[in-house]
Amino acid sequence: MSVIYVLWLRELKKYVRSRVQIVASLGSPLMYLGVLGFGLGPVFQRAGEGKYIQFMAPGVIGMTVLFTAMFSGIAMLWDRQFGFLKETLVAPVPRLLIMIGRTLGGATVAVLQGALIFVVTLIVGFRPASLLAVPLAFLMIALIAVIFSALATALGSSIKEMQGFQMVMNFLVMPLFFLSGAIYPLDGLPRVLGALTRVDPLTYGVDGVRGLLTGRTHFGVALDVGVLLGVGILFVIFGAWRFSKLEA
Amino acid sequence: MSDHPIIRVQHVVKTFGKVTAVNDISFDVRAGEIFAFLGPNGAGKTTTIKMLTTLLHPTSGTLELDGLDPTKHQTDVRRRFGVVFQDPSLDSELTAWENMDIHGVLYHVPRQIRHERSEVLLKMFELWDRRDDLVKTFSGGMKRRLEIARGLLHTPKVLFLDEPTLGLDPQSRNQMWTLVKNLNKAEGVTVFLTTHYMDEADRVAERIAVIDHGRIVAIGSSAELKQQTGTDSLEAGFLKLTGTSIRDESATAADQIRQVSRVWRR
Repeated sequence: MSVIYVLWLRELKKYVRSRVQIVASLGSPLMYLGVLGFGLGPVFQRAGEGKYIQFMAPGVIGMTVLFTAMFSGIAMLWDRQFGFLKETLVAPVPRLLIMIGRTLGGATVAVLQGALIFVVTLIVGFRPASLLAVPLAFLMIALIAVIFSALATALGSSIKEMQGFQMVMNFLVMPLFFLSGAIYPLDGLPRVLGALTRVDPLTYGVDGVRGLLTGRTHFGVALDVGVLLGVGILFVIFGAWRFSKLEA
Repeated sequence: MSDHPIIRVQHVVKTFGKVTAVNDISFDVRAGEIFAFLGPNGAGKTTTIKMLTTLLHPTSGTLELDGLDPTKHQTDVRRRFGVVFQDPSLDSELTAWENMDIHGVLYHVPRQIRHERSEVLLKMFELWDRRDDLVKTFSGGMKRRLEIARGLLHTPKVLFLDEPTLGLDPQSRNQMWTLVKNLNKAEGVTVFLTTHYMDEADRVAERIAVIDHGRIVAIGSSAELKQQTGTDSLEAGFLKLTGTSIRDESATAADQIRQVSRVWRR
């Protein structure tokens, strides 16, 4: 337990100390909120879908969590050769505990980052339907964070070259975001796109957060939670397995 | 010094695909001695350390550390050694003290002992005054000293140092070796180091193994090696044993990242 705790605490300390990074990471969510929010808002409203900020705020929170969690995986590639990860790989501790500590740490940071964006959305006019649902929404956000932190750990353990991560960003992280229904409604999509959105775990995450915060959901919160739990267990096992195979 | 070998390597081979990094090496390291692995780049030094420190499995042959097989008793073997890798493995966003403390937790050193020993080691390595500073503000020499101090926190039987003085200025190198020698005397820890600086091996090591192209070409004390090669300096002996041609290695994934890390100065 103490091993998981110190590794978790380490991620947190690093996060709190890196103020520049915190501010920098707010950049792209703010851009999406600002540019898309103002740019598409009028069209959205005219189409009879209501206020766009109400729709996209949960999506941008989901995006923030996704990006933050996946970046922790990129950091791992570095860490393995030039950082602290190597120190943990020769420690007389089961790899599983190390993986859990790192993943929980990365996930916690992602949730904090999501909370920060949540506050920003409140400032720009987002209004949750009920305040009681906010803690529940954060449980959902935590679930999203664990899923993608575990995926990032799996990728960080499998990829050896820096260029590999460029691939991951372009062919995995961006599609995960754009296919998730974070910025557009899921009803009435062309067949192929509709099918693709359904295999994206973030879709269920964003839908669940949106359902809890605004009452608008495509699949229903229960199904969202079910899918996320299933995928979460799968990814954590996959991540732990890849991490256990890691050779330095 | 006892004659019981703390490290025993027998007929170890390690291949990566078609490349044979280590080709049938055998040697013993005695408990309490300072043992140097001397060889040019790409000779197989780091691969050998990685196998002894449980990070790589040998393709064939047997390894023993304090009587235990690193491939079978990973956890028990890991408790018995401390290691300073060629590339830094400190957390530069944490303080020196925090780096020590996390190490202590990972190695299950009880809190009280952890704190006492961290203090002793940080003082010995002249880092006590900087204990609450972030490691990223440290010089190369200070980082290396901190890594060695950290590697000793759990009182290991063997300390592996993979090219510990690489990139350090002569003053830092000098200080480093004085510390290592004192430590070896004070704590009786066996030191297994690699270097390609002849003078360093000559100065600190009781026995030296010269490795080249994955094979051990000579082993013995510095005097024995000079005698064996009929040269009066270890450097001349080394060149006689390993030849004067320059080793061109192809860049590995690690080299690429190393390049990037230089750009980012991390």
